[in-house]
Amino acid sequence: MTIAVEPPPILELAHMSKRFPGVRALHDVRLNLRPGEVMALLGENGAGKSTLVKILTGIYTPDSGTLHVEGQPRSFSSPTDAWAAGITAIHQETVMFDELSVTENIFMGHMPTRLGRIDWSKMYEEAAALLARLDADFSPHTLLKRLGVAQKHLVEIARALSHDARIIIMDEPTAALSSREIEDLFRIIEQLKAQGRAILFISHKFDEIFRIADRWTCLRDGEYVGEGQISAVTTADLVKLMVGRSIEHVFPKREVAMGDVVLEVEDLANPTEFDGASFSLRAGEILGLYGLVGAGRSELMQALFGLTPITRGSIKVHGKPIALSSPSDAIAAGIAYVPEDRQVQGTFQPFGLRENTTLASLAQHATHGIISYAAELATTKKLGQRLSVKAASWEQRLGELSGGNQQKVVIAKWLATSPHILILDEPTKGIDIGSKAAVHEFMGELAAQGLAIILVSSELPEVMGMADSIQVMHAGRFVRRFSRAEATPEAIVSAASGEHSAHEAHP
Amino acid sequence: MTRVFATRELLLGLIVAALMVTVGLRAPVFLTPASLLNILTDTSFLFMLTLAQMAVILTRGIDLSVAANLALTGMIVALTSRALPGLPLLGIMTLAVGVGSVLGMINGTLIAFVGIPPIVVTLGTLAVFRGLIFLIAGGAWLTSKDMNETFLAFPRATWLNIPSLIWVALIVSTALWMMFRHSRIGRGLYAVGGNPVAARYCGINIARQQFFVYTLAGAISGLTGYLWVSRYGIAYTDIAQGYELTIIAACVIGGVSIAGGIGSVSGALLGALFLGVIVNALPVIDVSPFWQMLISGAVILAAVIVNARSEKPLGKLILREARLKAAGSEK
Amino acid sequence: MSPTQRYHVLDRPPASLSGFLLRWEVILVGLLLVVIAVNTAISPYFLDIYNLSDATFNFSEKALLALAMALLIIAREIDLSVAAIIAVCSLTMGLLAKAGYGPGALMLAGLAVGAACGAVNGALVTLFSLPSIVVTIGTMSLFRGLAQVVLGDQALTKYPAGFSALGQGYILNSVPVPNSFVIFLVLAALYGFVLHRTTLGRRIFAIGHNPTAARFSGVPVNRIRFGLFVLIGLMAGLAAILLTGRIGSTRPNIAQGWELEVVTMVILGGVSIAGGAGTIAGVVLSVLVLGLTTFGLSLINVPGIVISILTGILLIVAISAPIIIKTIKRG
Repeated sequence: MTIAVEPPPILELAHMSKRFPGVRALHDVRLNLRPGEVMALLGENGAGKSTLVKILTGIYTPDSGTLHVEGQPRSFSSPTDAWAAGITAIHQETVMFDELSVTENIFMGHMPTRLGRIDWSKMYEEAAALLARLDADFSPHTLLKRLGVAQKHLVEIARALSHDARIIIMDEPTAALSSREIEDLFRIIEQLKAQGRAILFISHKFDEIFRIADRWTCLRDGEYVGEGQISAVTTADLVKLMVGRSIEHVFPKREVAMGDVVLEVEDLANPTEFDGASFSLRAGEILGLYGLVGAGRSELMQALFGLTPITRGSIKVHGKPIALSSPSDAIAAGIAYVPEDRQVQGTFQPFGLRENTTLASLAQHATHGIISYAAELATTKKLGQRLSVKAASWEQRLGELSGGNQQKVVIAKWLATSPHILILDEPTKGIDIGSKAAVHEFMGELAAQGLAIILVSSELPEVMGMADSIQVMHAGRFVRRFSRAEATPEAIVSAASGEHSAHEAHP
Repeated sequence: MTRVFATRELLLGLIVAALMVTVGLRAPVFLTPASLLNILTDTSFLFMLTLAQMAVILTRGIDLSVAANLALTGMIVALTSRALPGLPLLGIMTLAVGVGSVLGMINGTLIAFVGIPPIVVTLGTLAVFRGLIFLIAGGAWLTSKDMNETFLAFPRATWLNIPSLIWVALIVSTALWMMFRHSRIGRGLYAVGGNPVAARYCGINIARQQFFVYTLAGAISGLTGYLWVSRYGIAYTDIAQGYELTIIAACVIGGVSIAGGIGSVSGALLGALFLGVIVNALPVIDVSPFWQMLISGAVILAAVIVNARSEKPLGKLILREARLKAAGSEK
Repeated sequence: MSPTQRYHVLDRPPASLSGFLLRWEVILVGLLLVVIAVNTAISPYFLDIYNLSDATFNFSEKALLALAMALLIIAREIDLSVAAIIAVCSLTMGLLAKAGYGPGALMLAGLAVGAACGAVNGALVTLFSLPSIVVTIGTMSLFRGLAQVVLGDQALTKYPAGFSALGQGYILNSVPVPNSFVIFLVLAALYGFVLHRTTLGRRIFAIGHNPTAARFSGVPVNRIRFGLFVLIGLMAGLAAILLTGRIGSTRPNIAQGWELEVVTMVILGGVSIAGGAGTIAGVVLSVLVLGLTTFGLSLINVPGIVISILTGILLIVAISAPIIIKTIKRG
């Protein structure tokens, strides 16, 4: 599409830099948005995208650089300034108030008032209108905690729209959405474009980017590495820019001879989280568990680890039925679970590397309850070196390490328990490509050594590249199992969206 | 908000009513208008202080120094009134609110701007305030002999046959209700306690909110300080000793969650009323006042357990049937 | 990926002098020296060995509670009912004494009742997932109320001979070191060892840092929490034995207000109220700092309530100092 005269940019960032202690998050970054267009912001985790978003929304202040909105220079000292300038964001994690109503969530911080009092009726009216635009199936009076993940996401979108922003930032907006909901979102994006708004679309799903975006800007290691028209570029080009090298090295898949059945799960159920889960796993096998965010995969895995209660069904390890009432039962049975939310469920930020590594296997490092520092250090060194952990010392506080290194330490913690069955829940979420490759390579090694692995992942390339077979889950139920040979992206994604399930498609 | 009002507060209201009826059966004098007015008058302090503490607890904070603030302000006001006998009632009350606010601002500054955890700050100021009472009065007690008529008259006054203290409690409670329910800063308190990260993303200035609630708690403590000293005609270091725990108990019974972000004005007031009824009921049914603490303790525990049960997270609603069931029970 | 190291990782970070000097325990030692110096200057009676050893009577029982409280606070819990548990234990022992039982039976009962009260707290916190601050405010009223109901305004003063030996006695006659102080030091060493060297201690820190991750890592979180509440109940029982033995009587208001003093000792000792950090050494030093400050000031006849002003200020300054230093360094 040739354009004779391009409209002036609605947002211009130049020479944007931001430093944190020990980390150069952004350096001399530039970004231009034009009205009525969708700009895709590309980059690996750790490239600086979320820092950039936080600067645009007034949560961080840049160390240097200029920001112009509609030609006017601006500087934001708080999120309110960003709103006033017409910028809003839909964040990756829902940051909202469970105990308040949908309406209050939408309008918190900018509630309409009349003579100093909050104008409730106007607020409910506006909220209802916004929800109607989004085809939402719930009322503005609903308490947020009663909504499902996708519905909460709609509220986030409504919140962004309620600011009547000229510039809307969407950070991984489709993670929890089914195909139909993604179509709805794209329809809304087209509407916003027609209204002359600009959208900054952050995603690592290339099919979506090529579908919806007009232009792209790429960041790598905190620096600007390029921009251009989407129509003039291919996925391979973009990945090369993002990563600095070509894709093949990321998923090294080995051929492994599979051993005996180590895990048999039969008709597992929980009242609200999952139902009818059955599968078996052999030594050396990698089972991929794929689904949308909120499909119930983590909850099912946590049930295998003694964290979630089971109301029906059985679990057998090495042929013996086991009852799991706590994680220590699971650990004793040889099961290890590397959790999805590293920060909240997996790491102790103030503890050192050594203490983090040995926490799940303390008894093995102590005699009569007294901890042996030498034994701890030996295990930490052994596993840390094997996983190529980069740190100043084995005593260094875990919080000071990068996301990728922290993840390696969490994996080390679980390897120290000598498991037979290793469950990895989104192990490469939020880490840089180098660590990602290391984790994948390591998984291959472990499988070759006879470990049985369950890989929970929302990244299709990862699951298709690493798993021997792929089990798809949707809304708490198993939908279809694909062998490596019969797996195609379209089939898997539609299964995960619930389109071929026995139940009604609309979630 | 409306749904919450339906169950928890209604239940509490019914319990209070049932309690009063039960006592009334044993001693009908309990349910006479005079007696009921007396209960409300006695509880007037607790009503106001409970709402003030609720504001603090909503933001995930706590203020253990309110009773000490009350006592210190009461003493300061009494001493000032003794030194300046011409000081009119309005002047006395303004002084009380002013001094209380300043004391509250000390808490507010340390918590909001220095960043010290509220329990630590208020533990410290609790000790400092109590000690200051001793210092400024030279260890002496002030009694009604030391207080002039302007100072003492107010709690005894009535308007439309209803004691002034009830009117004060009514005005203050209404003002606080307006704040909690209909003002931006009030709704912001729920946000700050419910999800501080999200509150920041919404542009809410958490430090300012915190500074506000501790100053507010101080202001109300100050006003109550004057009313207390004036009503009982006495001021010394130990007045209202331990009262901060009674106030927190009233909040808890009223459904205010210590984790922040949850609480209603009606609940808090009912919680205070509940404790007030118990305190007044015991002498009427010939139960020695020594039972009061035991009963309070049992009630607090029961209330906390019940609250926790009703607040229990439903578990993640992943299965479609589970979500529909939850939505259905919502309507 | 080759198994050889890609990066050079040290076993330990290089030691630094400023890192050492800025440690809380070192600052406390400095503070202790200041307190001793100031008190010696103020009063000639301060450095007298008999006076100093007598001074320990006043804080040794609280110090025992501080040890267990430190563990609780590190695990992100708190127990405000400890003083009330002392009252119940003391009450039980007094009643048994009245019924004619000997010192051995009394001590056993004291410990058992303490543990039982702790178990009540532990059960409420773990079974119902209730916040410990609210539960222990409730049980504080419950236990203290129980003491009030049983005793009213009476006192139990009949204790068998030999019972007071532990609480009043000295361990050696040449150097008059009180039993209670020795017990404190021995237990402090034991607690320090368990907290800093054993798997249990590591798990307590893990729970305090991140209870969710602890649970996910196989730590029996609820079992440990329950155990910590029983432990502090047991320590309260021990404290009750020593205290009752020392003062020879039981009243319902025994140990009134001790819970806040104990929490102050622990926080001043460098234990973070947010959990996950602290040392026993710090708690011991803080006990000495507070104890000697109180003793020194009482020697020059400063009233207790005024001393508590200083304690309050000390607490606030001590907690703000590191925060303010960090902010200045960053700015």
